[in-house]
Amino acid sequence: MSTTIGLYRPGTSLLHRAPAGAKLLLLLVAGAGSVLLDTPLQTAVALVVVLLGYAVARIPVSVLLSSIRPLLWVLVPLGVFQTIVVGWERASVITGVILALVLVANLVTLTTMTTALIDVVVRVCGPLRRVGVDPERIGLLLNLAIRAVPLMAELAAQITEAQQARGQRVSVRAIAVPFVVGALRRADELGEALAARGFDD
Amino acid sequence: MLIEFTGVSHVYPGSPRAVVQELDLTLTESRIGVIGANGSGKSTFARMLNGLIVPSSGTVSVNGLDTARKGREVRRQVGFCFTDPDSQIVMPTVAEDVAFGLRRRGLSKPEIAAKVATTLAAHGLEGYGEHPAHLLSAGQKQMLALSSILVTDPAILVMDEPTTLLDLRNTRRVVAAIESMHQHVILVTHHLDLLADFDRVLVFDESRLVFDGLPEKAVEHYLGLME
Repeated sequence: MSTTIGLYRPGTSLLHRAPAGAKLLLLLVAGAGSVLLDTPLQTAVALVVVLLGYAVARIPVSVLLSSIRPLLWVLVPLGVFQTIVVGWERASVITGVILALVLVANLVTLTTMTTALIDVVVRVCGPLRRVGVDPERIGLLLNLAIRAVPLMAELAAQITEAQQARGQRVSVRAIAVPFVVGALRRADELGEALAARGFDD
Repeated sequence: MLIEFTGVSHVYPGSPRAVVQELDLTLTESRIGVIGANGSGKSTFARMLNGLIVPSSGTVSVNGLDTARKGREVRRQVGFCFTDPDSQIVMPTVAEDVAFGLRRRGLSKPEIAAKVATTLAAHGLEGYGEHPAHLLSAGQKQMLALSSILVTDPAILVMDEPTTLLDLRNTRRVVAAIESMHQHVILVTHHLDLLADFDRVLVFDESRLVFDGLPEKAVEHYLGLME
């Protein structure tokens, strides 16, 4: 099954070829710089710049829309609430900045292989070796978290399907138990597989 | 290859009975099959071969290395392929997963990329390098799992029911891959026809090795047990 998480999409664009470290740095700068956005016009310009990034990376509009869709559950209520409390101008800045930041982060993961991102994290965490922390382990942890997303989505879909096949209505409580059991079983299996592949220390 | 089981028994913590009992065995052949009913102890036996499970009593040694004391060195020599490939794919894309096992081997990036490309091409995954691993078909996932093990070039490959979740076409792909390997292979399976050309087949029943011999006789013995 497919998930909407922003995982790498192969490509040869300028953004695909840019070093992962530079892209992460840019993401950091964008995050810090976003506090300077103060007017709807500035926010709109930032959004246009982000969308230009998608165009440069040749990311299909359908992928862009699938990235935005889950955000609407947060942005729409937030926008309405902010409009009532502080007015439409401030509301558009707040929701626009959140949208732009999420889309930038998504663009980084869409154009960067996970291994490259992990390599950066491992390099950045290198000095932590002095205090007994293994940077490779941090990288592996991040990687497994990313890998777990489609696995857990698949598990949830299987459980829901099995319940429907038995004529049951979808119930959160009835999903929770097999989901937790299934997730723990998967974690055990993954641990065993990691040990089998030499990552057992 | 020389694998030796000496007085091996294993009891899982909290379990009242042993899953493998009093096993003395020497394995040297190139193709070894393992069959038996569910719960007969064959998967535990398989996991003892690369130290994933250390026996409660007795010793298992692989080419002279005790799996209890030299587990990591043993696992460098013994690759393990699980039934469900989703359990062993740890990276988001195909090439990244194959490269994962090479991360700690002191190879340069171009060397890793070359090994990955060769391995993917050898197992029908050419052109899939940047494909999300979780979107592959079941058969492709199992070939990816196999590629990810073989890229490290282990001397021995243990496979625990690798065709159980596959259709006939993909089962044949896995079988063809096994036939072309230079590695020693120990295959745990319920697909008895896969073992016809094997050198030796072990039959497990109720935690004990009950037959050890040529495929035809072993399958006959196993079918007799099931009546």
